[in-house]
Amino acid sequence: MNFTKSQDGNTLTVELIGEVDSMNTPELEEKLLKETVGVTELIFDLKGLEYISSAGLRVLLTMQKMMKTQGSMVIKNTNEEVMDIFKVTGFVRLLNLA
Amino acid sequence: MKELKVEATIENLAKVFTFLQESLEKCECAPKTKRQIKLCVEEVFMNITHYAYNPETGPAQISVDMVGGSEPTRIVISFADEGRPYDPLKTQEPDIDADLDDRKIGGLGVYLVKTTMDNVEYEHKDGKNILTIEKDLDQKVG
Repeated sequence: MNFTKSQDGNTLTVELIGEVDSMNTPELEEKLLKETVGVTELIFDLKGLEYISSAGLRVLLTMQKMMKTQGSMVIKNTNEEVMDIFKVTGFVRLLNLA
Repeated sequence: MKELKVEATIENLAKVFTFLQESLEKCECAPKTKRQIKLCVEEVFMNITHYAYNPETGPAQISVDMVGGSEPTRIVISFADEGRPYDPLKTQEPDIDADLDDRKIGGLGVYLVKTTMDNVEYEHKDGKNILTIEKDLDQKVG
């Protein structure tokens, strides 16, 4: 997995590229929690995301819950396969999918 | 049939992925199907490390069987571990209709396995947890 970020004021855009699995989510979560201090708008760009397991879903859920208290979170460019996973797990109702 | 025996640790998920990739090499199923199988294998293996073992670790044996000869129509993957009895099928299902404040973090992995695979069975036999997951293989698209 690669993780790129760009920040514009209080808006942070994070691009997740490749595969998000149980091995790399602890590091991902740690980075996200560090990078989102003071951020009021978090944007996930998933156009390069090829694979996500429940470990990655849990990170998205954690971030969504956290961002609800300090601003907003948007997920964009979700591909069909990842969208299928969001649908079957009910995440379509929990996440703000642009 | 191909088999892999590894210690059930997060780090060994990489070995499990490599083993699965090799096992699926000759399978002419759609990349999406391969990723779905990979997802389920990750979820089951991680459940073994978290619930059958933990904090201790122990062996996990994974076997992959392609049914149907040179053009397999079904994949059967079996997981055996020697941890405490743990039936993932008895895990409480996540409330997928819950809103954000009520949504719990757990139970997602098993739920994904149950909804993605065509058949999932658990048995406790000879001191082992044995979980078998099966999926019908589609014809390669494109």
